[in-house]
Amino acid sequence: MSTRSLSRASDRVAREDLLLFVNACFACTGQREFYGDGRGQKVSLDFLHGYIAGNYRDLYAQVLALGVNHLNQALIVRNLLASGREVREASRARENALLTRTLHTLPSHRAMHLLEDLAKHGVNNRRARALTKSFLGRAEERDFLAVKYRRSFRRAAMHAHAPFIGELQPFFLRGWKERRFVTPLFESFRQAHYSDRALYELPYSIAEGLAQKRGVRRDVFLERITPRLTAHERARLVSTRAAAGLATDVDWSRQSLVRIASYLLSLPEAERAAREEELSRAFTLSVRRAARRTEASYGRVVCVLDRSYSSQGSREKRHRPLAAALAVSRFFRATASSYTALWTSSTAAKGLSEREELHVLPRGATDLATPILAALRLRPDLLVVVSDGYDNDPGGLAGQVLEAGARLVPGCFMLHLNPVHDSEIYAPKSLTPAVPTLGLRDAEDVPTLVALARFATTAGSMTDLERDLDVRVRAFLRDAS
Amino acid sequence: MTTLDCSKNLALRGLRLGAPQTMGAFRIVPVLRDDAPGDLRINKQVYGGYGVVRLDGEARSPGLTYHSYIPHGLVVSHTDDGAAATLGARLGHDKGRTITLHHRMAKALPGDEGAKRFRLLPLHLAMEGFLALHFRGPDVLWSEYSKQAERRGLDPRCETSRRGAWISGFEEALRIFEIHDDQVGVLVFVAEALATVFVVSHPADYRALHLSLLEDFFGELISTYALLYPETLRVESHLDASSMIDLDHLAQEVARVRSDWNEHTELLTRGLFTRPVREERVRTAGRFVLQRFYPDFHPDEECHIGERIVRDDGTVEYLKTFRLSGAQVRRAHLLSKLAEAGWDLARAAAALATTKSDLVKRLVNAGFGYLLKPHILRGADSA
Repeated sequence: MSTRSLSRASDRVAREDLLLFVNACFACTGQREFYGDGRGQKVSLDFLHGYIAGNYRDLYAQVLALGVNHLNQALIVRNLLASGREVREASRARENALLTRTLHTLPSHRAMHLLEDLAKHGVNNRRARALTKSFLGRAEERDFLAVKYRRSFRRAAMHAHAPFIGELQPFFLRGWKERRFVTPLFESFRQAHYSDRALYELPYSIAEGLAQKRGVRRDVFLERITPRLTAHERARLVSTRAAAGLATDVDWSRQSLVRIASYLLSLPEAERAAREEELSRAFTLSVRRAARRTEASYGRVVCVLDRSYSSQGSREKRHRPLAAALAVSRFFRATASSYTALWTSSTAAKGLSEREELHVLPRGATDLATPILAALRLRPDLLVVVSDGYDNDPGGLAGQVLEAGARLVPGCFMLHLNPVHDSEIYAPKSLTPAVPTLGLRDAEDVPTLVALARFATTAGSMTDLERDLDVRVRAFLRDAS
Repeated sequence: MTTLDCSKNLALRGLRLGAPQTMGAFRIVPVLRDDAPGDLRINKQVYGGYGVVRLDGEARSPGLTYHSYIPHGLVVSHTDDGAAATLGARLGHDKGRTITLHHRMAKALPGDEGAKRFRLLPLHLAMEGFLALHFRGPDVLWSEYSKQAERRGLDPRCETSRRGAWISGFEEALRIFEIHDDQVGVLVFVAEALATVFVVSHPADYRALHLSLLEDFFGELISTYALLYPETLRVESHLDASSMIDLDHLAQEVARVRSDWNEHTELLTRGLFTRPVREERVRTAGRFVLQRFYPDFHPDEECHIGERIVRDDGTVEYLKTFRLSGAQVRRAHLLSKLAEAGWDLARAAAALATTKSDLVKRLVNAGFGYLLKPHILRGADSA
């Protein structure tokens, strides 16, 4: 074998490995899925991280810029910090920049738990310590983090030898009961143990526990804590507040598509019908924002969407696959010049309308072959299948129909999006090797995924991929400054 | 009240089969029905424990009883004029660790809103029919039979079975099975052996009773198969992508694959649906008849016993079967041969193409040694 073909083969392996890893990072959250348990997901993910970090160190770091999910971002940061010795001198600066940027863009609970994780796993080197110090030392966030994440903060700071400056020292090391504080949040935390009034100056999650301890009535507490709620807490507490007789004030149009879809699917059928108008508007506004940001536009698109029983996900990821399918459908509805949504187990060949779609339920077997066949008859430019990769009516037929369709309708680009990670094969389960399968996280990622799939099918060289990644990393780091 | 019908075949008339879903050792085939009229509805009544069923009619008599773990019964509601039957109220949930006393396997309950109602104990009805075969023992008093056989017949006659929940992987298979909207039943295969058929009349009832399969009982054979073959063989009907001409051709091929699957299922269910069975009418309820059935017991064939409700036009409204394991079939086979020969050991041995002492050994091995006098057993040992 010549050197040239050898390098071409190694390029292909690298490309496939990377695609496998990125897919897993989009879909896998380490939680239970309909077909697999959470433990298996974690083991599978840990292996993948170890493998990619060992073999493709530079690419591994750059995956941080691709918008993979938070669990995987945190894992990548931890693994990179734990193996700092192996980084090439030339790429050290960029890796450091990526690490810092990622830590600061992660949601604060993820970031704090990541730092605590470093302590748990005994990752202690100059770089990790410097990163922790700079993260915990930011004056504007410090007090809030110290109160809300007391245990993580203390453990991370001790581990990284970060100085407990100002009142942090008495708060963490001398026992907070010993004195009055000048820092308002610390003082509120102290007072909240003795007075109800101070409760409402604390972050919600801290105040909730103390309110329970002090026996504050739930409805009173929920009403008075309202100004302190973060956007996510507001969304999470909608039904709790409704049960306590309080008005909800969540603007769903500010949320991402999958989040709106998840909320919609959590509602009982009657309420869905009653709030059709409101949620439909939320979808429209959210998708308009996403379309503007991604500048996506497609020609004739047909989606085959799985709403079988397995799309209800698991107890930990309730309705997640169905919500992802609904969100993708909404995204294409707004960005394609003509669009048809073919859901499984529905007889209508022209697909479900925008309104009917809001009432989907996870029911029935997975017959993907029939809607795929109907989709091929429409001869679209882009055919997207959103499914967990298990078709059982009859099993294995959908992949074969797709394969035949690729030959019979050559102008149509086909893509399979899968929101579910299969821990057995370290990737989202694919329907057929003839059609690229990509992990799905948010509907807003669809343009990235379509581009990635086009890259996967054309035999682009490794240099192309590296150039492409480089552009994305620059954009990711530029947002920082 | 009961009559024995002449032999005929079973069939799933009025129903069609869907594509199988495979999980581990289990291949579960949905049974579909297009427009269920809804004039016969079935729901579950929970007992949740051991039960004793008094089989003869007289109250407070110490007569014949059937003892088993009976977790639930089925309440069948039906109307005569084709109007939709209502399910009726749930009758409460008994506490565990009690023994529930039942009267008869199928028993009328008070109906309401035009619906008549009766309760049956699923599979126990069929199993009791199986246990009661030749229960009275020898009807000619040959000198070989013991005093016990003379006085009490086969009493106590018992068979063992396993709960569905104890079959490895069955719970998971039922959890991830995707129920069709128009599904009224299932065929469950374990390592390609038909374990049970469960069909009800209405899709909503099936959805509610899907997990009750875990509380049903299965033969030893089935639970052994589930342990020995944790993965079913992968069966696929293949499309030849390169030979397709156009989309219509593709659609035809897809239809062919579906019919291939139906043929595959029909092939695997031959042991139940193509063998002649004996039917026994248990109860007539308007246009519906509740029957139990059993096949000829032949040690080389698979044997399913069961019960069903059939509409007057032959549509199956309820069906539940139990696959007997090899030892159970052999016991039934021996008994039926003995009964055919008028309980004469020599004639029965001739019919089985064996010697008398061999027949005695086989009886002992089958657990029927108590029917014979001790010196006969000793004679067979030394022979």
